[in-house]
Amino acid sequence: MGMTVTEKILAFHAGLKEVEPGQLINARIDLALANDITAPLAIKEFRRLGVTKVFDPQRVVLVPDHFTPNKDIKSAEQAKLVREFAREQGVIYYEIGRMGIEHCLLPEEGLVGPGDLIVGADSHTCTYGALGAFATGVGSTDLACAMATGECWFKVPETILLRYYGKLRPWVGGKDLILYTIGDLGVDGALYKALEFTGEAIAELSMDGRFTMANMAVEAGAKNGIFPVDEKTLEYIRGRVKRPYQVYTSDADARYSEIREYDASRIEPQVAFPHLPENTRNISEVGDIKIDQVVIGSCTNGRMEDLRVAAKILRGKKVHPEVRLIIIPGTQKIYAQALEEGLISVFIEAGAAVSTPTCGPCLGGHMGILARGERAVATTNRNFVGRMGHPESEVYLAGPAVAAASAIKGRIAAPEEVL
Amino acid sequence: MQPIRGRCHKFGDDIDTDVIIPARYLNTTDPQELAKHCMEDADPAFPAKVKPGDIIIAGKNFGCGSSREHAPLAIKGAGVAAVVASSFARIFYRNAINIGLPIFEAPGLAEASEPGDEIVIYPEEGVITNLTRNLTFRTAPFPPFMQGIMAAGGLIPYVAKKLKGEV
Ligand code: SF4
Repeated sequence: MGMTVTEKILAFHAGLKEVEPGQLINARIDLALANDITAPLAIKEFRRLGVTKVFDPQRVVLVPDHFTPNKDIKSAEQAKLVREFAREQGVIYYEIGRMGIEHCLLPEEGLVGPGDLIVGADSHTCTYGALGAFATGVGSTDLACAMATGECWFKVPETILLRYYGKLRPWVGGKDLILYTIGDLGVDGALYKALEFTGEAIAELSMDGRFTMANMAVEAGAKNGIFPVDEKTLEYIRGRVKRPYQVYTSDADARYSEIREYDASRIEPQVAFPHLPENTRNISEVGDIKIDQVVIGSCTNGRMEDLRVAAKILRGKKVHPEVRLIIIPGTQKIYAQALEEGLISVFIEAGAAVSTPTCGPCLGGHMGILARGERAVATTNRNFVGRMGHPESEVYLAGPAVAAASAIKGRIAAPEEVL
Repeated sequence: MQPIRGRCHKFGDDIDTDVIIPARYLNTTDPQELAKHCMEDADPAFPAKVKPGDIIIAGKNFGCGSSREHAPLAIKGAGVAAVVASSFARIFYRNAINIGLPIFEAPGLAEASEPGDEIVIYPEEGVITNLTRNLTFRTAPFPPFMQGIMAAGGLIPYVAKKLKGEV
């Protein structure tokens, strides 16, 4: 019986020839990640284990990105705890001014490669599946044990194969494909399962677009989302990934719990209505929805391609007088590149606030919290109740093109309406 | 594991971790502090009315969203003895087991129960009964590996023992 790419990576790291769905395994990990919210708890639990050293300082990464630059005294204390632990253990650590949102940063820094097994105390760790790695979110206790032992337990997931054929329409990107897919699968449609993304439309997609899609696999409940490794992947990792890596492919006779096909040429830009990412609608069916704020950024859509799309739409235009537009490049390198390409001037001239990399408003942390009754369009990944501020505020999820057009119009708008 | 008996609080489908403990309170890891805001975006009265030993019952995909372990910690901090849902999001499931918060999957229980009902869970038999309505549901017993974690009181004591070569 053949194996899927997910099964092969898990089998290799568990030292087994084969694994099958449902099997409980103990596997070696290539990298463990935590941030300023999850690391403090993981460090506390690590200490309780009675271990003094992490298993390998070069395989532990700590990124302060959620409440940083520190939003208040309590967050400053948490960030300090993480920084001190990083120094004490000599693990990989990125300080403010040299960092980025973890899931934009790690691939950019070449810390993840094809065939890796990565756990992160952050649910969007699944982002690295775009590079053909098995990457999944865990909690702080799991992470504490992973930091101490270099191992983690897993239940081998079943895999759902998703095939996208046809050519993408203008202004449709990875975000629209994944929102459409979540609308189809539902927020628990892939619970405990792996999502494998394939097809000609996927091959056409840029790496940035693939990161966006893998990022939101968890929004369908999936354990991981994984992409085939192709020329684009190898091009991306060339010169970045220093560790040896291994490219795995699914066997022709691999088992899938389900196969779904999508005609990408029929997918319009998507908008997910409050309060679940599965409440998706075509942009043509959105209606007249006035908004107060737009956020372009996050680990979902804070990459170079996203900023370029937004700038294309905002160039020479003004943000609607009643809207706040907040743009947050995903990493310092992306920020610098955007400066060099003149995108930051486009944003500022349009009337946007541009921030240093941070999760900030994405999780209702700081830098753009919503008041009661306010509505935002965000390129982030979650629109749960209270996610971006007041429990009676609303978040509409979209890609950067719709977000930028909406900022100009003051209501949810299609890119064509402003060009 | 001993049977768990308590009064139930009922929630719907897709209760996410932002509802269980909103991110605005994540600048602490103290379970007692977190408990003060547990479930407040779904039911502002919950932190005040929840009593030690109570049971949360809910629909499908409980705990979806972020990986924050603060979510099961807030529930445990509030004194909740167990959570029973039709299904759980996977990271929440892992986290609950790892911190020693008993959780059980029992489709149908939430639909058949009302707030305040008396519930009793027999973990070893895999049986859950709503005593108020005299209805019984099945739940899968934990695999031996997870029983080991639960018996040790969570993943940390379990791994600590393993590191010392005791298991
Ligand atoms: S940008 Fe948002 S979703 Fe991504 S890691 Fe930060 S808080 Fe989480």
